[in-house]
Amino acid sequence: MILFSNNTSSRSNTDRYFSWGLRVLSLLAASLLVLVLGFILRESWMALTQVGLSRFFTDSGWFPTEHSYEITPMISGTLLAAWGSILLAAPLGILSAVFCHFYAPPILGLWYRRMIELLAGIPSVVFGFWGLVVLVPLIAAWQPPGPSLLGGILILTLMIIPTIMLIAHSSISQVPTTYINNATALGLSRWAVIWRIVLPASRVGLLTGIFLGLARAMGETMAILMVCGNVIQYPSHIFDPIRTLTANIALEMAYALDQHRSALFISGLLLMVLVIIFVSIAEVLRHKTPYVVAK
Amino acid sequence: MLSLSNTIRETGATLMVWTTAALITIPFLWLIGDLLWHGWPYLSLNFLLSAPQNAGREGGIEPILVSTGLIVGICMVVALPIGLGTALFLSEYTRNDQVSGRLIRGSLDVLAGVPSIVFGLFGNAFFCQALDLGFSILSGGLTLACMVLPILIRTLEESFRTIALDQRLAAAALGISKMATIQHILLPAAIPGLLVGCILGVGRAMAETAALIFTSGYVDRMPTSLMDSGRALSLHIYDLSMNVAGGNPNAYATALVLVGLLISINIVASWIAEQWTIPNQLQN
Repeated sequence: MILFSNNTSSRSNTDRYFSWGLRVLSLLAASLLVLVLGFILRESWMALTQVGLSRFFTDSGWFPTEHSYEITPMISGTLLAAWGSILLAAPLGILSAVFCHFYAPPILGLWYRRMIELLAGIPSVVFGFWGLVVLVPLIAAWQPPGPSLLGGILILTLMIIPTIMLIAHSSISQVPTTYINNATALGLSRWAVIWRIVLPASRVGLLTGIFLGLARAMGETMAILMVCGNVIQYPSHIFDPIRTLTANIALEMAYALDQHRSALFISGLLLMVLVIIFVSIAEVLRHKTPYVVAK
Repeated sequence: MLSLSNTIRETGATLMVWTTAALITIPFLWLIGDLLWHGWPYLSLNFLLSAPQNAGREGGIEPILVSTGLIVGICMVVALPIGLGTALFLSEYTRNDQVSGRLIRGSLDVLAGVPSIVFGLFGNAFFCQALDLGFSILSGGLTLACMVLPILIRTLEESFRTIALDQRLAAAALGISKMATIQHILLPAAIPGLLVGCILGVGRAMAETAALIFTSGYVDRMPTSLMDSGRALSLHIYDLSMNVAGGNPNAYATALVLVGLLISINIVASWIAEQWTIPNQLQN
């Protein structure tokens, strides 16, 4: 193909320099991931060699000044908040995509989609602020102390609904209309068409959205830092305050030194590995062909 | 013919879907309404053009606006050339199934998923310490550039890919060199897409907080150079609401400014996209 390989007839030197320039820039962009991983690893090396990975799971608490570095309560905090919010956000996000596509009058659907897009653009610190001044006092009035796992789950839900909804919406609209028309012609009701035909046909897209939402929920820092109370503990119920891995980094990086600082980089590394796993699952799913498109 | 149980199921489903829509709309309106209700009275030209006093409880946000602008500016100045080059390489010099292209795309996809706080850690270790830039606007901007790059590249590549193949073939048939094709045909044709990409990148950079805490720092004075520490708008909201008792009114006003800026950026981006895609479709 004339467009893509080196067999263009151009003998111009500028062309050659230009293409090499582009190559260098792309290499730079591609090597960024290696650079990020490398530096996080390098900074966490001290804790890895001096403390050892196993002690992060077996120590009896997180007391960096006494060289005790148990991060399992924080891992449980991260996982509980992320999974809790996915449990709420997945049905809400998918149903609102269905609303947009099948139930809402066209103009309302358009405005609803615009609203979700705006919601996706609101910074996490603003969500956190709103959670802190509105949501947390409400929870406190119902079930003290207020800053809690529940607050974190609710705010995260609001933040990842757009991710799930927008991906679900685009994969629902890719379901061939012949499927829907045939099902309707067979006398299936609207909900039966959605439940039996549309959702199964777009399941790959729905799952992709859920995994990306999960990755986003686990990596979220500011909002969760502001509404979760940040007490290092295993929560016994949903109204207990928790601290997540991300919040721990944000709170302690300011004054952490040497081994303590290195331990924080380990939690960053752990977070990165977790998120990379979920993003990779989402990417593998995305590249699967969901169905044979009928012409 | 719908039986009775079918009718019940159908009504139930309709009710459920509409309730879901309402459940999501209510907190959204509440959030925006709350910001407007509490933030609007404190918003004035004076608020935008005066320095914060008493840890931000009084005064305005002028130095914070300037720092934010500088951080976002550095971010885009660094990210744009790299992003544009990579996007051109991916769309014009590689096939979809080629190993180099897949490697670059794969690594960028993973990078796009890395949490912002991890970028903050990286920026602190690399820019602040290894390159010895300290807590500065420069460190913050460079960290954000790393963060924005994957999204920027994806949008830019997309906007090159939407240009019809005919244009490249016609240029090649006329014997125009590849660089000239890119410079005179592809770049002008992709300008709306490029603009949208840049605007979205700016929006993403402006909304970021976690990556800036340990890179650009907390100082709320007017920056005198790029090596000064400077506080971004989002960080100002965080600091006022978490660390300053009685900082909420100004936090509301700052949040309103930030959300207002981001919403106008979004509106401009979708307006550009709409303006340019319709004539392009007519052409084809």
